Amino acid sequence: MRLTCPHCGARALEEFTYRGDATLRRPAEDAPHQAWVDYVYLRDDPAGYHSELWYHGVGCRAWLVVIRNTLTHQIKSVSSAVASPAPNKSDS
Amino acid sequence: MHGILNAFSSASQSSERKTSRLSGNGIDTTKTLCFSFDGHNYTGHPGDTLASALLANGVRLVGRSFKYHRPRGILSAGPEEPNALVELRGGARREPNSRATVTELYDGLISTSQNRWPNLAFDALGINGMMSPVFTAGFYYKTFMWPASFWEKFYEPVIRRAAGLGRAADEADPDHYEKNNAFCDVLVIGSGPAGLSSALAAAESGARVILCEQDSLLGGRLRAENIQIDNHPGWQWAEDIVSHLRNMSNVRIMTRSCVFGRYDGGTYGVVERVSDHLAEPLPGQPRQRLWRIIAKQGIVATGGIERPIVFPNNDRPGIMLAGAVRTYINRFGVTPGQQAVVYVNNDDGLRTVSDLLAAGARIAAVVDSRAQPSSQAKTIIQQTGAPLFFGARIADTSGYRGVKMAIIRDNKGKNHRIACDLIAVSGGWNPDIALTTHDGGRPVYNETLATFVPALDSEDLHVAGVAAGTMTTAEALREGAQVGQRAAAQCGFREPSTPPVATPAVDQDETYGVVAQWHALDKESSQRAGKAFIDFQNDVTAKDTKLAAREGFISVEHLKRYTTLGMATDQGKTANVNALALLAEVTQQSIPQTGTTRVRPPTQPVALGALGGPHRGKHFKPYRLPPTHQWAVEQGAVFTANGLWLRAQWYPRSNETSWEETVNREVKTVRNAVGFCDVTTLGKIDIQGPDAATFLERVYVNAWQKLPIGRARYGLMLREDGFAFDDGTTARLGENHYVMTTTTANAGPVMQHLEFCHQWLWPEMNVQFISVTDEWAQIAVAGPKARDVLRQIVDPAFDLSNEAFGYMAAASVTICGGQTARLFRLSFSGELAYELAVPARYGDALAKLLMRVGQSYGIAPYGTEALGVMRIEKGHPAGPELNGQTTAHDLGMGRILSKKKDFIGKTMAARPALTDPSRPTLVGLRPLSPTLPLVSGSHLLPKGKPATACFDQGWISSSAWSPTLKSWIALGFLAHGPERHGEIIAVHNPLAGTITEAEIVSPVFVDPEGTRLHA
Amino acid sequence: MSSDHYSLFSLLRESLRGHAGWKPAWRKASPQLAYDVIIVGGGGHGLATAYYLARRYGIQRVAVLEKGWIGGGNVGRNTTIVRSNYLLPGNTPFYECSMKLWEGLEQDINYNAMVSQRGVLNLFHNDAQRNAYIRRGNAMRLNGVDAELLNIEAVRNKVPFLNFDNARFPIQGGLLQRRGGTVRHDAVAWGYARAADRLGVDIIENCEVTGITIQNGIATGVETTRGKITAGKIGLACAGNSSLVAAMAGLRLPIESHVLQAFVTEGLKPFIDCVTTFGAGHFYISQSDKGGLVFGGDIDGYNSYAQRGNLPVVEDVIEGGMALMPRIGRVRLLRQWGGIMDMSMDGSPIIDHTSVGGLYLNAGWCYGGFKATPASGLCFAHLLARDEPHEVARDYRLDRFGRGAVIDEKGVGAQPNLH
Repeated sequence: MRLTCPHCGARALEEFTYRGDATLRRPAEDAPHQAWVDYVYLRDDPAGYHSELWYHGVGCRAWLVVIRNTLTHQIKSVSSAVASPAPNKSDS
Repeated sequence: MHGILNAFSSASQSSERKTSRLSGNGIDTTKTLCFSFDGHNYTGHPGDTLASALLANGVRLVGRSFKYHRPRGILSAGPEEPNALVELRGGARREPNSRATVTELYDGLISTSQNRWPNLAFDALGINGMMSPVFTAGFYYKTFMWPASFWEKFYEPVIRRAAGLGRAADEADPDHYEKNNAFCDVLVIGSGPAGLSSALAAAESGARVILCEQDSLLGGRLRAENIQIDNHPGWQWAEDIVSHLRNMSNVRIMTRSCVFGRYDGGTYGVVERVSDHLAEPLPGQPRQRLWRIIAKQGIVATGGIERPIVFPNNDRPGIMLAGAVRTYINRFGVTPGQQAVVYVNNDDGLRTVSDLLAAGARIAAVVDSRAQPSSQAKTIIQQTGAPLFFGARIADTSGYRGVKMAIIRDNKGKNHRIACDLIAVSGGWNPDIALTTHDGGRPVYNETLATFVPALDSEDLHVAGVAAGTMTTAEALREGAQVGQRAAAQCGFREPSTPPVATPAVDQDETYGVVAQWHALDKESSQRAGKAFIDFQNDVTAKDTKLAAREGFISVEHLKRYTTLGMATDQGKTANVNALALLAEVTQQSIPQTGTTRVRPPTQPVALGALGGPHRGKHFKPYRLPPTHQWAVEQGAVFTANGLWLRAQWYPRSNETSWEETVNREVKTVRNAVGFCDVTTLGKIDIQGPDAATFLERVYVNAWQKLPIGRARYGLMLREDGFAFDDGTTARLGENHYVMTTTTANAGPVMQHLEFCHQWLWPEMNVQFISVTDEWAQIAVAGPKARDVLRQIVDPAFDLSNEAFGYMAAASVTICGGQTARLFRLSFSGELAYELAVPARYGDALAKLLMRVGQSYGIAPYGTEALGVMRIEKGHPAGPELNGQTTAHDLGMGRILSKKKDFIGKTMAARPALTDPSRPTLVGLRPLSPTLPLVSGSHLLPKGKPATACFDQGWISSSAWSPTLKSWIALGFLAHGPERHGEIIAVHNPLAGTITEAEIVSPVFVDPEGTRLHA
Repeated sequence: MSSDHYSLFSLLRESLRGHAGWKPAWRKASPQLAYDVIIVGGGGHGLATAYYLARRYGIQRVAVLEKGWIGGGNVGRNTTIVRSNYLLPGNTPFYECSMKLWEGLEQDINYNAMVSQRGVLNLFHNDAQRNAYIRRGNAMRLNGVDAELLNIEAVRNKVPFLNFDNARFPIQGGLLQRRGGTVRHDAVAWGYARAADRLGVDIIENCEVTGITIQNGIATGVETTRGKITAGKIGLACAGNSSLVAAMAGLRLPIESHVLQAFVTEGLKPFIDCVTTFGAGHFYISQSDKGGLVFGGDIDGYNSYAQRGNLPVVEDVIEGGMALMPRIGRVRLLRQWGGIMDMSMDGSPIIDHTSVGGLYLNAGWCYGGFKATPASGLCFAHLLARDEPHEVARDYRLDRFGRGAVIDEKGVGAQPNLH
């Protein structure tokens, strides 16, 4: 698998570190307990396109949002996490 | 080497019949090579495989099968070979299970048959064949159960000894392996007619092309067939194309290079056999090289694998695939038999008749299972006069160590006993589609071709030639050119206005005309004892298929697993489709309904050495060396691995007799005088920006806003799940400038965490990070004389007095008359201590300087062991305490969790199970008898309670002999620990069989008031 | 006359008459309209659950629904290791219960699954690792599990062919569990299937669950590719697809699906006796009775349902292998494959009821599910039959994440790909 880093170009898998679900939003400090449990522990885990966070640790150190198909490993898009449109990205 | 050559100089007379050698397009008969098989010496020629050379020397029996130890010969001429497996070379280079059909002959080659005892001709385990009524598919699941303890003691050792094939080498592999990356637009896999024409078309379009061929020679079946292209022999046409390609700068041709797997993102795994055709790799050369080829487009032109036909006793030496017979004749100049029966269900196999005749063999019979003779069959028979049985089959064969007779049942049901020494069989061709299915794609069944063809739905993979089900040379050439152009166009190369290659003319009319005949079994033959093999190597017979179906193993995956079909070293390359067809017949389903098993990489077995590459021995992982490493080596330090880092563990002196003595001396030096230690390995992260303080507030549990410039503070980080993540100190060097230290182990993860928090959680913050771990050599100078020593180094403008530069002070300073440095008054040891950071290139000089200026103060370097002892004496948590399972509360730091701000982990750290007061919490322990060791990993149970888990209350995380207290001391975690100081607890170490007693004490053993620290 | 009890005697008798008398290992059952219990997933855990439900809890109106062929999931694509060398109190008794069931399995189900207690040896390479293994070994001993600490000489004697002399991370010793070992994985599925079948359980293959019927918050049945089936209780035992099946009931799980690759070499004459794990890289290896070296390492590390992985992990695993035993350099890799793991948020499994009435969950086995098969089946059966957790599985609750009572052997937190 290869990811096309928006800063560095197409690079091999071993340059990246996976984190997971990019749809999660960190709740506010005073959010209900269950919101926090959901954020830290529960996942959608779809079979198909999955929006996920990768870290280009061996490259530009950018966090990336990758949309990738978990059934075929096909990559639809890679974008910078900072620039990625994430309304309500942080409530805090 | 010469000794070996001499030993071969007079090739001994083989007892086997030796055939005269014809010319072949792939061998050089002007040179002779010597080799041995099972101790007999033979000769061959450059270009030979071990198989072709053995056949040329008349050797037909080369192996024994896995289960029944049946005598086996050479079935194929390629990597699909199930039978002709040998141990190659010897000693540390012994290579078990080597396929003779792809082993290139070299002078001095030594090969031995395997899985037989005492020898190949007489194998005692041949008796297994007589036991075959018992040894059916899966028999072992039904027995060997009584008594239970006999499995490990008796049954299994017997089974294990009998199983297995060759022997792995007893010593480390002496050869080297490399890894490489390559990039191209179009990767063409296979160099037969389709591969060559697609490579040419793609290359002419301007694309960067890599052509991979597993064989040593290019041309594929063009070398195996007697075929004319553009009035040249096919193999000559191939050589012309190859020399044209070699002259193109955008083409790279890789021979002996097997594409073994297709992975995501156009990544192909390729192993290049650089030196396997030599006795030993040339100096500086690897044995093999792993290539990761990244291709925008892939073209699979891997050809096909011929199917055997399943008939009784179809496994005898001398029964060979028809295409292989032609390969041996045309490429290697070897006639595998003199009196041949040719058994086909298609026209392609009939080519064998004319090739055999041309090579001087006699055709004893042609058996064509098709009900009516094809026009091709009629022509050949007319031309050759060979007896043709159509609508016929082979009902049985005889000849124990080599076939002697075929019993042919004609279309009237009459048997004909035909003497022969060769049966050439063609059940049709299966496209070699493995690479098209590695991404999970399933092939589809094609009724006309009676086989599976790729069902491609991929933008970056194409198939051409036999691999695509295109069965004639002319069509393969045409298709190859089309596919090559298409692939290049996909990469953005303009399709040329004129076709790049005029499709060459193939001079013969080729027909295929296959009519499926999977097996030649009828009711009568299935009653007979004669075994009809589907999977040769694993001895899976038609009967096994039926038994498996009777027992309900009718899913194709169940059949495979229950009978072990297709699981041998050849992965069922010649067996799988026949097995499916038989299963379909037994279960009265169609073949598509029956389905296929999933093909997995690698397409051919790959040496583990190649996949490991150079990463073995000391080169398994890179070393990270602190700046004082070379200096420490010169001091005679003993080193320890700390992740990738190599750190000085202690610095022994010649008069010291044990490491304990050394470490005690180092500790005493620090506690009484001054010592220094390279702490560069701690992670250092430079943090700058107006929001830096706010950011630190969010990643650390404690407060940061009020930290003044010139001060450092201890900080604890949690993970978002509320457990402790890492700790360290962060110093404020300027208004918006901080430098953070992390533990050695977490330097990378903390950096990643900070970037995550910033880029994903709080991108609005104006703050930036960079790792400076490798920029600064950082040396801890600790002990009552530390200030005195530093005063010799730090420029006088900087006041080091306790009042001016107290505990937790931090500053940029200059040393040695102007050299930039950073000075932190931090202490891990609990002594008056500093950490002095200089640009990494001065680390070595700083160590030397410290030794010089510190000499009069009794300075000595100390290693990680003394560092560890002193931090235990001070009760500082380290790796064993920060093990990812402990909370701030467990570490005795619950009180530093700020309530005034949000920080990572705050909410989840408040969960009931994380704040439960009965959680094991950090304590100190001292044995009642000071010299009795406390062993890390021991568990803590109340005194007098039995040693069972229900009384387990905690454990020891770190322990050491404290030279300061002249006692063993330990840190541990104990339920309700802080409330139990003074209590005596039992320390259980059942692994060592010991139970000792210890007093629960404060984890701070030395200077709890911090007087030394603040001195 | 047909042969249904497996023994040397029945084998010999059948061999004299062309093996005509063997019955199918399990009936090709068709779904009935209703069952007391439906188990979704015909893998090792589902089949074992059905067996113990019928055998120990007397519930025989049980169906196991399998979307493909039984044993086609992780029970058929693992590295066959069994062991109970766990550290944490929530885990050790459970895995020891499993180990004890393995020890009597073949006689219990009358099927030779080749339970081979050849030992499991975990190597350590530095003091910190040694101390962690001492802690673990002592936890095992306090739980009545066998464990021995081997020094370097003892390791040398046991596995003399490892790289002792030229290692980047020299071996210092190991923790040995002699009762650990390997089991023929497919036979576990087939053996449980056969034994459950003989107790009346319907094993229904090619029957994919496409929906879970929920009425008033209670799961009452399933929709399948072979029709609707109602059930008193529904147990999900479909690791690798847990998230997808649970989503049919509107549930989100503390699970990500990841791919783990495993590897086998060509068959070799035996030379590796015990299961050996490398402590300075992620690599574990054993040799099968057929002679192949079976080994594995880390998961690929990204969500996947593709049952295949990529080259970086292949190379990483084999680099570990070559570092540990350089004599296998000329041994050839024969096949690699991938299985989908339920990677849970703390690395430990879940055996619990869900927030939907009548719907029970057995999931989150990470890449350690095979060794758990018997105890998982027993505990899930217990839960389904009695509606309370089995004593040894009482910590495997879904609410542990909310409470913070996680069972995190590796101490890496809520990051599934690190467990």
